[in-house]
Amino acid sequence: MTSPDPLKGYRGRAREVLKSHQARVWADVEIETEDGVFEGIVLPRSEQADDRHMVLKLSTGYNVGIAVDRIRTVREKGFREAHYKIPEKEFPFDPAKPNVTLLGTGGTIASRLDYRTGAVIPAFTPGELYGAVPELADIANLKTIKLFGVFSENMGPNEYITTAKAIGAEIEAGAAGIVIGHGTDTMHHTAAVLTFMVQSSPVPIVMVGSQRSSDRPSSDAAFNLQCAVNTAARGPIAEVMVCMFGPTSDSYNLLHRGTRVRKMHSSYRSTFRTLSDIPMATCTPNEVKPLRQDYKRRRDDRNVKVDAVFDDRVAIVYYYPAMKPDIISSLVDNGYKGIVIAGTGLGHVNKPLYEPLREACKKGVSVMMTVQTMWGYAQMYVYDTGRDLMELGCVPCANMLPEVAYIKLGWVLAHTQDRAEVAKMMIAPVNGEITEREPPDGYLVFQGGLPEVEEFLKRGWR
Amino acid sequence: MDAWRKSLLEGLRFDDLGYYQSLGFKSGLEIHHQLDTRTKLFCHCPVRYRNDAPDAVILRHMRPTLSEMGTYDGTALMEFKTRKQVVYHLYRDNVCTYEMDDTPPFPINQEALDFAIEIALMLNCKLVDEVHITRKQYLDGSIPTGFQRTAIVGVDGWVPYRDRKIRIQQLAIEEDACREVSDVGHQVVFRTDRLSTPLIEIVTKPDMRTPHEVAEVDELLGRLLRSSGRVRRGLGSARQDVNVSITGSDRVETKGVPRTPDIRALTHYEALRHKALIELRDELKKRGITTETFRTKEREVTGILSSSRNPRIAEIRKLGWPLVAIALKGWGPLLRHKTQPGMTFAHELAGRVRVIACVDEMPNLFVLDGLGEGFSVEDETRVRKAIGATDDDAVVLAWGPGEDARTSVNEIIARAKEATIGVPAETRQHLPDACRTDFERILPGPDRMYPDTDSPPVPIARDRIARITAQRALRPWEREELYVARGVPVGLARQLAIHRHARMFERLIADKTADALLLAVAICEWQTAIRRERALAGKPRCWPDEAQLEQLLKEGLAKKTPRPALLLALKKLYAEGIVEVPEPLAHREVGEIWARVQEASKDVKYKTASLTADYLTGRIMKESGWRASPADARGIVGKHLSI
Ligand SMILES: [Zn+2]
Repeated sequence: MTSPDPLKGYRGRAREVLKSHQARVWADVEIETEDGVFEGIVLPRSEQADDRHMVLKLSTGYNVGIAVDRIRTVREKGFREAHYKIPEKEFPFDPAKPNVTLLGTGGTIASRLDYRTGAVIPAFTPGELYGAVPELADIANLKTIKLFGVFSENMGPNEYITTAKAIGAEIEAGAAGIVIGHGTDTMHHTAAVLTFMVQSSPVPIVMVGSQRSSDRPSSDAAFNLQCAVNTAARGPIAEVMVCMFGPTSDSYNLLHRGTRVRKMHSSYRSTFRTLSDIPMATCTPNEVKPLRQDYKRRRDDRNVKVDAVFDDRVAIVYYYPAMKPDIISSLVDNGYKGIVIAGTGLGHVNKPLYEPLREACKKGVSVMMTVQTMWGYAQMYVYDTGRDLMELGCVPCANMLPEVAYIKLGWVLAHTQDRAEVAKMMIAPVNGEITEREPPDGYLVFQGGLPEVEEFLKRGWR
Repeated sequence: MDAWRKSLLEGLRFDDLGYYQSLGFKSGLEIHHQLDTRTKLFCHCPVRYRNDAPDAVILRHMRPTLSEMGTYDGTALMEFKTRKQVVYHLYRDNVCTYEMDDTPPFPINQEALDFAIEIALMLNCKLVDEVHITRKQYLDGSIPTGFQRTAIVGVDGWVPYRDRKIRIQQLAIEEDACREVSDVGHQVVFRTDRLSTPLIEIVTKPDMRTPHEVAEVDELLGRLLRSSGRVRRGLGSARQDVNVSITGSDRVETKGVPRTPDIRALTHYEALRHKALIELRDELKKRGITTETFRTKEREVTGILSSSRNPRIAEIRKLGWPLVAIALKGWGPLLRHKTQPGMTFAHELAGRVRVIACVDEMPNLFVLDGLGEGFSVEDETRVRKAIGATDDDAVVLAWGPGEDARTSVNEIIARAKEATIGVPAETRQHLPDACRTDFERILPGPDRMYPDTDSPPVPIARDRIARITAQRALRPWEREELYVARGVPVGLARQLAIHRHARMFERLIADKTADALLLAVAICEWQTAIRRERALAGKPRCWPDEAQLEQLLKEGLAKKTPRPALLLALKKLYAEGIVEVPEPLAHREVGEIWARVQEASKDVKYKTASLTADYLTGRIMKESGWRASPADARGIVGKHLSI
């Protein structure tokens, strides 16, 4: 992997100066500046950084930046280009262990750092994964397929369809379970779409990622990966699930149903929560303990139904007070076929939006109502506002999460554009995206500062 | 302990340059000192120490990451072998999700960076133009991320020491780690209050040639830091590690030297340990044992020792732990090779077993050589026979719960093998006698350093350096020279140079007519006395507001307030937080007081007129509320008594 550019990452003034001194990255140099001499290895520079400094790695391992305009001379003493590779060790095969397929989408569940530049190198092949998380070999035989390498936020309809088809093929080929490595930002969108696209799976389909990348000693990646592979290999729940940290402590993971889960914190380990319900199960690298009994059981057959279609002419409108009507009409004018509104309270928007919404429905656009409160139901019979909106043609989506409604509407619209048919499919749950009841423990957002909560926090690892 | 320590120190001359040069003694310091900032380095939590029960507790583990060469770093691997549960105590007022490693770092604290730049300038360092935040891996759990965020601010500095320069390799700014609460078996508990407190680390080159020089340079650097006025004071705000090597040995680091004077004995005995280990290596070589020819044999002997009367073995049997015997081929009596006072090479093995295998109840191994560890001759013979050990071999007995027994055996073999090389590069901790050391962990290499992808580089602009240079604190030796030139005695100048109010003192004496001596006395001596008095009375140990103190002294000088009245005003500032500086009484007013005193003291007569005058002057002073000028009062009395 010789870098073709001897001044990788340097631009503008820095590039000009370094070029004039015939400096190049990976050179072991002695640099004389106005202040004195610095010795070290020239490192590539991050493209986002300014064009006024160069980066030098000192022999102590520290990096420092030197202003290029203060450089007098550069003397090259040697050249030490680094080659970074995850060590590959053959993943052992044990005929007595279940076969799990790991599909990679680009999230770096397992990776290591390029120690000089800080770039993250993903570990993905079974050999690389075995090198990084050798414990996996105690759980299952692992096959990996790299579907694509995109960041979570770049996942879209094409990626959804490819993933769903790959899952179907692997199940038919006999996999005991599927693990999908995914970036965490939009993991819940993908979990929802796979629930709709891959139905009646005989085996677990487990999505996993990490909140602390695996180049950090405190990473959650290895634990998440072990939990996910074990859940796929042996778990009893044949559904699409998200497998991530339960508490912030290294203790156990939760399995969340793909249609009820949401990322709730930008950085916490235990960021994924099941909303308006309880999670499916707790799990560790060696067991799965269901918390409920209403799950789809693992089966021996291979009768999976893949229905991988998606119409991307769908949008979410997150309502705010004083929203102007043109927000809706511009979507209609631009050819959108479905609109999911995240309304206030029980599912409301203000009066000025009524007219464009009526117009949208008249033009055949399917309009769905969800709640921006995240927890609870759209209950449009309670107030006049709600009744008015239903009369206009808005379909209340009960307690379907806005993101899930968006995903489902895209999937439904690829089947039919008939508004009545769309509404019917939307409110017929595929797997828990609408539930008949919210249990009393489905909404638990504890508040710190309360004596009983503080007491709870003191009592154990949370 | 005291008698023991005394015996260790007896007859040692720590400044015997000839002797230490014959050893090839070289030593360097790593000084860590907390910066006196309002908030932490990468988040906005206030810095405050807590000793109360935690508000919440979390559990984590540390996993080694692959190193640059695709292998695991030595320290990293060692710490993973220990598979510790790491428990953190959290405090809601002083710890946020950053310290918990549940939020990425906020931009670096600019106040802390300013302070670090200032100290780098005081140390004559070259400043870097752009600060790059680096991660330094620590897998002992002392930092929840598993790495410390650290950055070089300056390199290649120096300080004057006697007739030469001590070179400063680098100055880094970094976040402090957690405080350890306990470490028992496989669970280590940390308190997170101190975590992420801004810290500077100063590393000297190994330029010190005797233990005495190490201690002196430590003191010199400590004074320089305090004179900056930018560092925290008090218990736990400073820690130093000391590196020692001799001819033929690698650098060994001893962590957390408790007091500067202890550095002398610690570095002395560490150097002797190196010498002993080099002698051991040579002895092994004589016996034909090198890294290549090093051989061991091992076997589980739980059954063979089932009837042993040794009480420790009986305990281990009760726990159901396996017992493993290891024969070190050809070692003879060398496990008893003396390494430190009262310690042998077997202690080097025990240290590794304690830390790495977590078998931390002592003794954690036995040497079977008939030298009184409570084994019968029959037991020893049976064990030796079982592993095929001849009289030429040394035999060690190890144990531990389950997997740990295996780790113990591996560590014993690994450490014994290192003896064929000499002195392993490692980090050591000092024993309570502050003379001897024990294993703490393997010395990590530059491999554990890598860029922090969460933090952008921070350029240090030229105008920032100019601003800091213009206001930087004087170095202690510069201060002493200045103060003495203004009439402050040497001893007091030395005290004042590192006083928290030194900068204020310099502002006050910028007025060339100011009475520098009075100010120095007030700032150092009066405050010390007042603070001691208040401490004895159980009053809070806080300092006065500096702006108020400055106002008080300034007014006192301007008004020429008599010293006793100024001292009273200072006491009032401490007690009530208010500044009230009285004017001295006019001559006429003193006269009026004299009239009253004279009336009341008609019959007072001392042996001499001079003594009587002293008494009367004192009465006037007291009556005046100490506001009369003593000279004035004395003058009036003198005139009356005609003396
Ligand atoms: Zn904080």
